[in-house]
Amino acid sequence: MKQHRHFEEELEKLKQCLVAMAGLAEAQVARAVESLMERDVAKAEAVIEGDSEIDELEMSVDNQAVQLLALQQPMARDLRFITMAMKIGNDLERVGDHAVNIAQNVSYIVEAPPLPQLPELEEMAGLATDMLNDALDAFVRADSGLAREIGRRDDRVDELHENVFRILLTHMMEDPRKIGAGIDTILISRNLERIADLATNVAEDVVFMVEGQNIKHHGYKEAP
Amino acid sequence: MTETGMEDRRVAGSIITPPGEPVLETEDLWVRYGDKPAVQEITLSIPRNRVVAFIGPSGCGKSTLLRCFNRMNDLVPGARVTGTILHGGENLYGPDVDPVDVRRRIGMVFQKPNPFPKSIYDNVAFGAKINGFRGDMSELVERSLRQAALWEEVKDRLDASAFSLSGGQQQRLCVARALAIEPEIILMDEPTSALDPIATQRIEELIFGLKEDYSVVIVTHNMQQAARISDYTAFLYMGELIEYGNTDTMFTNPREDRTEAYITGRFG
Repeated sequence: MKQHRHFEEELEKLKQCLVAMAGLAEAQVARAVESLMERDVAKAEAVIEGDSEIDELEMSVDNQAVQLLALQQPMARDLRFITMAMKIGNDLERVGDHAVNIAQNVSYIVEAPPLPQLPELEEMAGLATDMLNDALDAFVRADSGLAREIGRRDDRVDELHENVFRILLTHMMEDPRKIGAGIDTILISRNLERIADLATNVAEDVVFMVEGQNIKHHGYKEAP
Repeated sequence: MTETGMEDRRVAGSIITPPGEPVLETEDLWVRYGDKPAVQEITLSIPRNRVVAFIGPSGCGKSTLLRCFNRMNDLVPGARVTGTILHGGENLYGPDVDPVDVRRRIGMVFQKPNPFPKSIYDNVAFGAKINGFRGDMSELVERSLRQAALWEEVKDRLDASAFSLSGGQQQRLCVARALAIEPEIILMDEPTSALDPIATQRIEELIFGLKEDYSVVIVTHNMQQAARISDYTAFLYMGELIEYGNTDTMFTNPREDRTEAYITGRFG
């Protein structure tokens, strides 16, 4: 029984590492969105500096997972948890990178004359942030019901991204001086759209982790 | 539904019937040692040309169940078997069935290599000789040793004593001996538990290849081994069949909580 408890402790450690990563990724996205809305360069710089911590946690998650696979030969739910931990860790690291990309674009945008207000971009930022937060809640609580629901929101994000692209294209065609800020804003929109995609990936991984059912690429079926 | 009500507690679909032709089918099989049931109400189907693994904690009845398949329990004092085991439409426990004939069709390999104190050649030829084999004996010995992946290692010393072989080689010799009587089914009771990892790997590769010509049922304590070599896995606990399914599903996403708890090492 002793060896056993040790394994459970290791699993808990891996989970805590992912929870820490999730908290950081959420905070980075939130701060990047704030820097965009408030045109705040200091906040954007803080995002860029904050990324290395997520990178280190990703490596730690990978190391722990490989060790557990090699030494414990986990089965069933443990195997699903460990393999999904590696994928979720990777996705969170990418989320962190997208937050950095947004922050970098913000620091270019503030130097250019402001574009007209884009409520679509604000809605996207809200949706993507909520999706990410909910996916991570679903992971922490092993709630596959919540996880299944997250992917359904991704269509709206994609639609908003297309709208933002179209609107900004029109502005840029009308006034070439807006091209710089326009492209940066399109890139921000693209990064938000990717964050929503990654939140969807995490949610799908949570469903597999909890139920052993792979729902990727098949739409969102109800649990049996 | 039954004395124990077990059936009702299981999740739907936790006991499958493998597709294809069954080579053995048990129906409400019980084994009692004295009054105590060691195996109860087992109904399962063993498919032809596949490997089926029985797993479960010590004392769960997996070896007892395996031994029913070639009537080895007849040799255990006080053991009583009820229910049916169909093989080719015939009940192995029918009144007119000769257990020796059953064991000819359903061979067995045991935990510890148990070659006869004879030459390598004679070990393989022994069963065939007793059965009045009239064909080319040397050819049969070579074919059996080849199937057991031992031929290359022993072809130049067939007259040497079987005891001059290593443990892993002795176990493959026992497999060759079982194959020489050309059974349909091979039962293996923890065939690698006395072997080192390299010898174990060779036996596993051998089992994997055997299913082209035979049906294999293996009892193992090693769950990774069951996961690696079997097509279907049955989990037994306290004499009952808890879950029987595709091996890949059993080890990634079992249906029964008790299976999950056992294979993740949370009990047993």
